[in-house]
Amino acid sequence: MTLPTRIAVFGATSAIAFEAVKLFAKKGASLYLCARDEGELKRLSDDLVVRGAKKVEYSAFDALDENSILNAIESCLSKLPDLDGLLIAHGTLPAQKLCETNIEEMKKTIDINFTSAAIILTHISSHFEKQGHGVIAVISSPAGDRGRQSNYVYGSAKGALTVFLSGLRQRMQKSGVRVLTIKPGFVDTPMTADFKKGILFVGPEVIARGIYKAMEKENDEVFLPWFWRWIMLVIRMIPQSVYKKLTL
Amino acid sequence: MSNNYYFESWGRFPRRIHLGEIVPQSINTVADSINSVNALVLPRGMGRSYGDSCLNDGGYLLFTRLLNKFVNFNPDMGILRCESGVTLDEILKVFVPQGWFLPVTPGTKFVTIGGAIANDVHGKNHHKAGTFGSHVICFELERSDGTRMICSKDRNADWYEATIGGLGLTGVILWADIRLKPINGPYIEMESIKFENLDEFFQISQESEAHCEYTVSWLDCLHNDGVRGIFMRGNHINKLEKEEMKAVHKNPTWKAFPFDAPSFLLSTVTIKLFNILFYNKQIIRKQRRIVHYDPFFYPLDNVNNWNRMYGKRGFLQWQCVVPVKNNKDAIRTILKEISKSKLGSFLVVLKEFGSIPAHGMLSFPMPGITLALDFPNVGEKLFSLLNKLDDIVCSAGGRIYPAKDARMSGKTFRSSFPKFEEFIKYVDPKLSSSFYRRVGGRNDIAN
Repeated sequence: MTLPTRIAVFGATSAIAFEAVKLFAKKGASLYLCARDEGELKRLSDDLVVRGAKKVEYSAFDALDENSILNAIESCLSKLPDLDGLLIAHGTLPAQKLCETNIEEMKKTIDINFTSAAIILTHISSHFEKQGHGVIAVISSPAGDRGRQSNYVYGSAKGALTVFLSGLRQRMQKSGVRVLTIKPGFVDTPMTADFKKGILFVGPEVIARGIYKAMEKENDEVFLPWFWRWIMLVIRMIPQSVYKKLTL
Repeated sequence: MSNNYYFESWGRFPRRIHLGEIVPQSINTVADSINSVNALVLPRGMGRSYGDSCLNDGGYLLFTRLLNKFVNFNPDMGILRCESGVTLDEILKVFVPQGWFLPVTPGTKFVTIGGAIANDVHGKNHHKAGTFGSHVICFELERSDGTRMICSKDRNADWYEATIGGLGLTGVILWADIRLKPINGPYIEMESIKFENLDEFFQISQESEAHCEYTVSWLDCLHNDGVRGIFMRGNHINKLEKEEMKAVHKNPTWKAFPFDAPSFLLSTVTIKLFNILFYNKQIIRKQRRIVHYDPFFYPLDNVNNWNRMYGKRGFLQWQCVVPVKNNKDAIRTILKEISKSKLGSFLVVLKEFGSIPAHGMLSFPMPGITLALDFPNVGEKLFSLLNKLDDIVCSAGGRIYPAKDARMSGKTFRSSFPKFEEFIKYVDPKLSSSFYRRVGGRNDIAN
């Protein structure tokens, strides 16, 4: 299977997405970048042209505004009508405590991490389905595999995303469109700037290389780095009666 | 922030407590980042300086790692514009396959553009190309008060001269235009020649200057009867062919120095043994080879964290330059003192600088000969040896390299960098470093 060469990236200014699109730019791919900050998109697009991208277009979008998402998708498909790749990398990781008392914050977390991604996926997967090919890669999280008291609002949004992708994968199977769920563990990015960094932390370029390889190898679901698969297996196997007493 | 925010330099000496780190997300938030803290700040790239010029005890470090974007490249002129946190490593990976190379490179590629300018670094081609600053067409400097200036030889020329070699103290470099050099491929045709004494070194060096772009020598400084070593010289390969010619360096992956080495690994005996083996590895006097640029320019980069080889106490680098007219005697005396002290070094490097003048007020290179060594930190005995060596250098009219220094006296520094008083006028009031304060720099505002 060949890698996509005309790719839309949502959350392009995130550290992981930037490292990943660098790899595609090097291969001469055409890119359509979407993120909140237009100035940053310009900065990124200049960089990717120097690195060898064939063409880079971009537009700002707000993940909390459905019209804004639709406009970005429309503009993307008009600029790159033969789009054959999609990477969704935007997300938000708020303080769990805040989500427990502030309903607005909780809803925002679910809308950014799940609803907006589901909207993008619905539109672009239909486009790929008609076209008969395409690769979809979405950054979910191991946090979606089992709820923990320390981040279950974020975790449940990511969990919903994982389930959505699982269903979409089955549906897309027939039309030759691939759907890849990416579950990165702890990554040293601006999103985790306030975290104390332990040995499980890796740089965004490690995750980006993993994404690139997984898109090439026709994986369905990858944990990055690999050891998270085993960590999460153990966590999922803990009986509920024990799990609820743990302070994870 | 915790109170125990330790940072080290590459030499792991000294270790300093800081208030914390700040990381601007883009070039548009630099001044805000500096002003978000109420203490002195020092911009820092990869922290490859050996001493305390990349430390700021009692203050903050401003990491430029997210100022890491390319802006544009003009293939007709070979001019690259990139942000200051872009590393030489990244430039090589992107541009070697396109047939371009760095105009000047130090012995590690893990250096940012901002760091290369702030230390006005030099390389094995100093005799042909001068310092890194000579290839910086312009850059944008931002001061903590939010003023932005484009600096070049013609525009804000005084700021250009203060910032090149200015140790990150004049402001934060946001981006720079660098002139890259066209190459035919990533390989170097190199020749290594053994020499038995300093006169032979000078003779080979003279003879190589005209036809070799790169020259450098490795010395066995603990050899009983004087100086011996291996002279290495090379040129970019001169033929265009096949896909292999695009081969860039690989990332070092598994070869990392995993722990702090115990001190017995670095005794005089082991260093002496290493030197004997290294010298005798090459059996014939003269050898020719074609090598990839990576091992030629960056032999140590292949081992991550090689600085841990020196254990917890770290090591000290010492690099001097002595002007042409006095060099032979002064270098002889220095080498004699080192040999006598038995505080040897694995890696002693000797090179002749050319006469292309450096642009910076505090640029280190001058026409003459430069000698670089590293010493395991054994404490007082080493410090008194280095003081003695400083004196020899100063009286010969030479100077010590600030990027590698952790201990020279303020007097030594000020007497060998006569433009320092003028330079102080350009220092940003919110920026400072441990080195700057140590050698007698003044900050107008206190924490």
